[in-house]
Amino acid sequence: MHPALQAIVTIIIGVGGCVGYFYFSNQFLDKVLFPARGPNAGRNITRANMIRPWLFLMPALLALGVYLAYPVVETLRLSLTERLPGGESQYVGLANYQQMFAEPKFWEAMRNNMMWLLVVPALSTVFGLLAAQLSDRVRWGNLAKSLIFMPMAISFVGAAVIWKLVYDARPVGQDQIGVLNALYMFFGGTEPKNWLTMIGPNNYLLMIVLVWIQTGFAMVILSAALRGIPEETVEAAIVDGANPFQVFFKIKVPQIMGTIVVVWTTITIVVLKVFDIVFAMTNGQWETQVLANYMYDKLFRANDWGVGSASAMIIMLLVSPILVWNVYNARKEMK
Amino acid sequence: MSNIAGTKSSLTWAVHLSLAALVLLWLFPTVGLLVSSFRTSDQIASTGWWKAMVPSEQNLTLRTGGAEDQVQKEGGFVIEGNLFGEPGDAVISVWGTSSRAISDYQAGETAELKDDATLTVQSNGDYQMQSPEEFTGKRGQRIFVTARTPPEFTLRNYKYVLFDPSNREGMAKAFFNTLTVTIPATIIPILVAAFAAYALAWMDFPGRALLIAAVVGLLVVPLQLALIPLLKLHNEIGIGKGYLGAWLAHTGFGLPLAIYLLRNYMVGLPRDIIENAKVDGATDFQIFTKIILPLSFPALASFAIFQFLWTWNDLLVALVFLIDSTGDTTVMTKQIVELLGTRGGNWEILATSAFVSIAVPLGVFFAMQKYLVRGLLAGSVK
Amino acid sequence: MTNLKLTNVEKTYAGNINVLNDINLDIKTGELIVFVGPSGCGKSTLLRMIAGLETITSGDFTIDGVRMNDMPPAQRGIAMVFQSYALYPHMTVRDNMSFALKLAKKPQAEIDAAIDRVAATLQLTDYLDRLPKALSGGQRQRVAIGRSIVRDPKVYLFDEPLSNLDAALRVATRIEIAQLKESMPDSTMVYVTHDQVEAMTLASRIVVLANKGIAQVGTPLDLYERPENEFVAQFIGSPAMNLLSGTVEQTGEVTQVRVDHGGGSISANIPTRADMQGMSVNIGIRPEDMEPTTSDNYAFENVVEIAEALGEVTQVYFKRQTANANPVIAKLQGIHREVRGQTMRMTAEPGKVHLFADGQSLLYR
Ligand SMILES: Nc1ncnc2c1ncn2[C@@H]1O[C@H](COP(=O)(O)OP(=O)(O)OP(=O)(O)O)[C@@H](O)[C@H]1O
Ligand SMILES: [Mg+2]
Repeated sequence: MHPALQAIVTIIIGVGGCVGYFYFSNQFLDKVLFPARGPNAGRNITRANMIRPWLFLMPALLALGVYLAYPVVETLRLSLTERLPGGESQYVGLANYQQMFAEPKFWEAMRNNMMWLLVVPALSTVFGLLAAQLSDRVRWGNLAKSLIFMPMAISFVGAAVIWKLVYDARPVGQDQIGVLNALYMFFGGTEPKNWLTMIGPNNYLLMIVLVWIQTGFAMVILSAALRGIPEETVEAAIVDGANPFQVFFKIKVPQIMGTIVVVWTTITIVVLKVFDIVFAMTNGQWETQVLANYMYDKLFRANDWGVGSASAMIIMLLVSPILVWNVYNARKEMK
Repeated sequence: MSNIAGTKSSLTWAVHLSLAALVLLWLFPTVGLLVSSFRTSDQIASTGWWKAMVPSEQNLTLRTGGAEDQVQKEGGFVIEGNLFGEPGDAVISVWGTSSRAISDYQAGETAELKDDATLTVQSNGDYQMQSPEEFTGKRGQRIFVTARTPPEFTLRNYKYVLFDPSNREGMAKAFFNTLTVTIPATIIPILVAAFAAYALAWMDFPGRALLIAAVVGLLVVPLQLALIPLLKLHNEIGIGKGYLGAWLAHTGFGLPLAIYLLRNYMVGLPRDIIENAKVDGATDFQIFTKIILPLSFPALASFAIFQFLWTWNDLLVALVFLIDSTGDTTVMTKQIVELLGTRGGNWEILATSAFVSIAVPLGVFFAMQKYLVRGLLAGSVK
Repeated sequence: MTNLKLTNVEKTYAGNINVLNDINLDIKTGELIVFVGPSGCGKSTLLRMIAGLETITSGDFTIDGVRMNDMPPAQRGIAMVFQSYALYPHMTVRDNMSFALKLAKKPQAEIDAAIDRVAATLQLTDYLDRLPKALSGGQRQRVAIGRSIVRDPKVYLFDEPLSNLDAALRVATRIEIAQLKESMPDSTMVYVTHDQVEAMTLASRIVVLANKGIAQVGTPLDLYERPENEFVAQFIGSPAMNLLSGTVEQTGEVTQVRVDHGGGSISANIPTRADMQGMSVNIGIRPEDMEPTTSDNYAFENVVEIAEALGEVTQVYFKRQTANANPVIAKLQGIHREVRGQTMRMTAEPGKVHLFADGQSLLYR
């Protein structure tokens, strides 16, 4: 079947199926199982209303269960087993983890990931705050915001191409077509650098790509928070003689600290999952490995499900503090 | 704050300037790609894209016509023509006949070649080569010119990448495949999530608080965890690799955010309206379809944008759940990664392919930015 | 025939929050019952239990003898008008009004006829195709009422329907509701309000809720003239009834009481038994019933601290008799600025003096 046709059929079946499910299951409940008629009408209605939420929830619960909850458990199990030839698997305890901890590549990925975790959220938040603060004070601020926010819509892969062009290097003597080398040569560099293979700086050059993408997000959220600050507090500070910088750092920033934390953690989660950028730009060569790409290597290149799952569990472990914090907050809020 | 007396205007300028610098910095890389996608491979390889906007000094190596173009004129042989094929916008300033001396002659000057031959090159590229003897070389004379060419852009790359049937790395098919993944993967989770969100927002049942907490928890579970178990599952139940698997995976991974966003929005709808509908005799199903869904349009739109962007831009799910060894179902992101490997130097193809894949999300972004921002705010600021 | 009957109804919210206890109420066909009471006393809760929007924890609620506890709202034959109007924002006025009828699968012609009729009576005909956001507050209110009328329910429930309107509109709409009620003598209405004037003018009977229960049920004048207890006495009327502590001096058909803290002796048209001699009571006199006097039958004599001339009346605040007593207030007809600082002797007709012991009126002993 032609994929377009298949897509249309799926949309119809998928969407129609969903709507049909919801419609007919409700009908069944109200008309057949617990009809709102006869001597037990009242009781039947009460019962139907006890069941109905679960009808509404069922598809979502199923999908969440199969696609998110089950994999967490299954990955944990896989990380403790080893595949044997013939499809069997065998419990091996922590052997996979031990093997992984013994690999320098893993530690390289860990080290790099930690750097990513420090640099990307920090820079994105700082730039985002800067952009938010600046654009709220000029008339063309909305245009500026929109342009800074734009990379958000660009895929990591697209961003990788964009930035590879920026980092491109041509042999000595030729015109440089990568901006970075062009600037480098312009400011007196002797020979163009192959930036992405330079161990050390190359990691930061990859991080810049993500900062470039995430700054817009930080800006949008922080800008809303900045605007939510009561105008009177700022005016009071000005009357008290604070200069614009003091107003910003002593009055505004403390008031939006909560939002800054939210932005920071959200970007942290993105960083922990970052895969495409590294995959497309260096594929972890020249000491730019990160956990997500390391895991992909293990799973699909080395076909080592045990170590792959173990590294996935490490990522899970790293996000779990945030998970716990989020759940805690959500529960607090609902009370 | 501009209305406060005595605000220094120098500071305002500083604000304008620094914001402009920031915006340019953010825009520059993307513009580079866009501009490059409209240049020929020669142009891309010889000058930086930022020079494409202004007339560029270029050093070109061109050839005169070969021996077969010669005509005999009053006691000599002449080859005439234009170095660029026909007179164009390029203006030659200096030229030379050897790679070591590319600027020996001004335009309009005549050079002595060997065997008493002479060559005159005009600034518009017209040349005349004369010799008493018959010319023999088939390939003509090499000439090194320094020419100033006006900006020139071409749609050829797009034609090649999108419409050339002989191009096996073309993006047309991948574009289509991406679309095929994206649309069902955007619509289905919205529908499923909307019902769940309504139940979590407005229906009373034991365990509701727990479920909401679970959704918040699942919000951050890394996708990576799901790869192997689900690939195994898909293989076991016979879905294997393909669209169905990708749709299901995207649905599953998108649901927590969808439920979370929609529930937050629906909880904020006025209780009275829903109760009034109950008094009016609407069933929960009717309340949902006739009241809640229309009123939740902004939230639905913002999630739809998120999910669209994320499925369109996704690489990992496609790699793991969709693209099999035949590569028939390849998506644009995967195609680009492949091109990065095989055509790393061919920037015209890379840039164009990348831009083809970026264009749609960018369009969606600019058209629906309002909803995107609203969704972001609903999702992160509490 | 639409009889609503609440028997021993109790409401406890999740988390053991008990808000209503032992509610017994009989609402007859054609009555307009008004619930009043302090904020948070459970008026809305009671109304919502009648509507079926809130479950009844225990006790029975019947309409015409049919138990309704488990019946969903739509099957109870009720319509409700919310304080916020609860108009569907995405539907035009016409769609808002026809929503319930369409759900009930009424024929289109019938729906149109009903809407046209109601729209005409409520002067909404010109607005039928507008969205609610393009209407003024008063128009929205009328749509909300119209929406309930088209359904032709047996029972109308109103939860503070006028409290979002400004003062002038409130009066106008109140009168409209009164006329509406008159035009539909068979429909039963239950109306929750904070506003005493609404309660007094609209109600056939008022239910005063307090302390998780019903403090008194009666016609507006019943409640005003013969409050069963101090709470109702002080709740109905503004400013609230003055309470002065005193002692029964002389029992009989007419009771003579002496006001404490150096007050006078005043007679009340309330019969007392001989064994009540010497009992401590609270003497209740409404500010508007107080009048200056020179006779010996008076309640107290005191210095006027503040005199507020409102034009029609002057409100006079007397010096407190003890440090923690509420100031006694009298309403004098006309303008009397000069009384400030003067000492006045105040009395009231024996028929307008109320006596309470332990919070309960002696009238009902
Ligand atoms: N869902 C609930 N859970 C727990 N307690 C509730 C709930 N709804 C209302 N209450 C409590 O029940 C009591 C009565 O509420 P209700 O809304 O009936 O008061 P009301 O008399 O209508 O007040 P108002 O005049 O302010 O509208 C209040 O103390 C309130 O806090
Ligand atoms: Mg209320």
